Amino acid sequence: MAITMKTASYKIIRDHDRCIECLVCVRQCSNGVHRWDEDYMCLVSDEAECVNCHRCVVFCPTQALNVVASPLDFKTNANWRKPDIEQIYLQAETGGTLLVGMGNDRPYPVYWDHLLLNASQVTNPSIDPLREPVELKTFIGRKPDTVHFGSEGVEGEFPPQLELDVPVMFSAMSFGSISLNAQKSLARAAVETGIYWNCGEGGLHPEVRPYADRAVVQVASGRFGVSVDYLKSGAAIEIKIGQGAKPGIGGHLPGEKVGPEVSRTRMIPLGTDAISPAPHHDIYSIEDLRQLIFSLKEATEYAKPVGVKIAAVHNVAAIASGSVRAGADFLVIDGFRGGTGAAPLRIRDNIGIPIELALAAVDSRLREEGIRNTVSLVVAGGIRNSADVVKAIALGADAVYIGTAALIALGCHMCQKCYQGKCNWGIATTNPYLTKRVNPEVGARRAANLIRAWAHEIKEMLGGMGINAIESLRGNRLHLRGIGLGPKELEILQVKAAGE
Amino acid sequence: MRRRIVCNFDVCIGCRLCEVYCITSHSRFPHDVLKAFKLDGQRPVPRVTVEEEGVLSFSVSCRHCQEPECTKSCLTGALQLDAELGIIKVEEERCIGCWTCVVACPYGAIRPSPGERKVAVKCDLCGGTGEVPACVANCPNEALRMEVWVEEG
Repeated sequence: MAITMKTASYKIIRDHDRCIECLVCVRQCSNGVHRWDEDYMCLVSDEAECVNCHRCVVFCPTQALNVVASPLDFKTNANWRKPDIEQIYLQAETGGTLLVGMGNDRPYPVYWDHLLLNASQVTNPSIDPLREPVELKTFIGRKPDTVHFGSEGVEGEFPPQLELDVPVMFSAMSFGSISLNAQKSLARAAVETGIYWNCGEGGLHPEVRPYADRAVVQVASGRFGVSVDYLKSGAAIEIKIGQGAKPGIGGHLPGEKVGPEVSRTRMIPLGTDAISPAPHHDIYSIEDLRQLIFSLKEATEYAKPVGVKIAAVHNVAAIASGSVRAGADFLVIDGFRGGTGAAPLRIRDNIGIPIELALAAVDSRLREEGIRNTVSLVVAGGIRNSADVVKAIALGADAVYIGTAALIALGCHMCQKCYQGKCNWGIATTNPYLTKRVNPEVGARRAANLIRAWAHEIKEMLGGMGINAIESLRGNRLHLRGIGLGPKELEILQVKAAGE
Repeated sequence: MRRRIVCNFDVCIGCRLCEVYCITSHSRFPHDVLKAFKLDGQRPVPRVTVEEEGVLSFSVSCRHCQEPECTKSCLTGALQLDAELGIIKVEEERCIGCWTCVVACPYGAIRPSPGERKVAVKCDLCGGTGEVPACVANCPNEALRMEVWVEEG
């Protein structure tokens, strides 16, 4: 093998006093890092292949393994850091675009961490959610301008809505980008917890059809798997224009991941690349978008909400306004920390804007224009915990989508190598040997537990604020204060500074 | 009453941790993997084995058959079906190590023990009648489960 200038990123430390040579690490590593050497009669590790996914560490029954960042470093240079140099070595070897999985990991400010929530003291008492009901129910979809009440309740026709028990949904992750077992886990968890899951682009596999009445079905530019039957089987339809991790970039599922099952689900030939081009070739204006939205509504007899998903980019508020006017019942805004199976590294790390600023800008703009009630806002892209959810709702969101957090619940260790298809945790792969590693029963339990845990925490936070329904917090930015933020950022967020 | 450990091969990942924990639970240090492997001079053989072929893998141990071949073949009557507990037990004192049972078992679930006096060893569902066997308790993907049922009629 030719010498590569790229050195190992990690160092594997094996405590031979603890190692019992059971070879579990050998069998669990899909990268072939560990092997039993017949000549040395001991276990050896090829560190160059290690992606630091922790599979061997977690499965070692005697905790004999540890993986650390390689201590080998370049001469200190504030401009040329280790990854910068290594990426050049890689590109000089391959001549290719650098690919990466998961969301943007650059140290841009995380605005959630610069926002603080309010709590009631003395005058308006806080609520104990263990003793008093705190309502988390949320409806996604267009709200009418006026509502008439009669003796039977609301009179007249109401636009179609999604009813969420917790204002969280599982974001779009297609079968192909994640394994069928991973998708099944999320689908089951969504049904169990009264939320929705998104099947991503590429159709519905027959094995997840039973969970379709809790599915948001996606229509992307590739139109893979889209049929009237598909559209009608879901609870809502989402047109994917952009994705936070790669705004302006289409989807690409490599041919080697397109096995018989993916081929059948996506309705494409076996082993061919599934390319969803960057633009929809029938959308070049807001009017074109309107035509697609109403084609989908027509096809599904106006019984399902139709949404539009866009990436958070510089002019997001105007784009959102146009999409709402085009007839979208809900709008999904995906921030630049949104995850992905594979994205060009430079795109992921440099394009788009933080979801917090995009959300505040869109909510403000739609309010100014008097059309905020005609649409629900769902935000996505790096929602890490229940506090992020509460802050998003106070900033104006109706609900959030979680992708990475849901995958972490299934076992993902964020090694960022999803694009290789060798996911040791059985999540971002279609290899049948690896797919088995997600037991859908275990996965569904873990994902459902995450939603339940967040629901408890959201109730506690709402109770602390003296609010007994999540609907009362929506867009109530007086419950937020900014800390460590400049005046322009506070202005965009429309949040007062801490102490004000 | 019948008992047996069932493997869901759709989610058996072939890690062989069931074997590791089976060895541990039958060692001198049943709750410490490290000591079982490092300090037990007479480390037991696993009573469960993982079979693998391509992407398929499954863990197999004694089926505790209702009409077992092993008990029929046993020359000394050391292997007996305990109908009440629903498990097949080995009475080590009576075992002469003839391995007729090893040959007779269609599942390959009986193995010779290590050590000087060799006896047949097989899954005993970790001795207790109520406790969850070590392989089931430690299967990382919940592929193994213990089935307990009462035979009709």
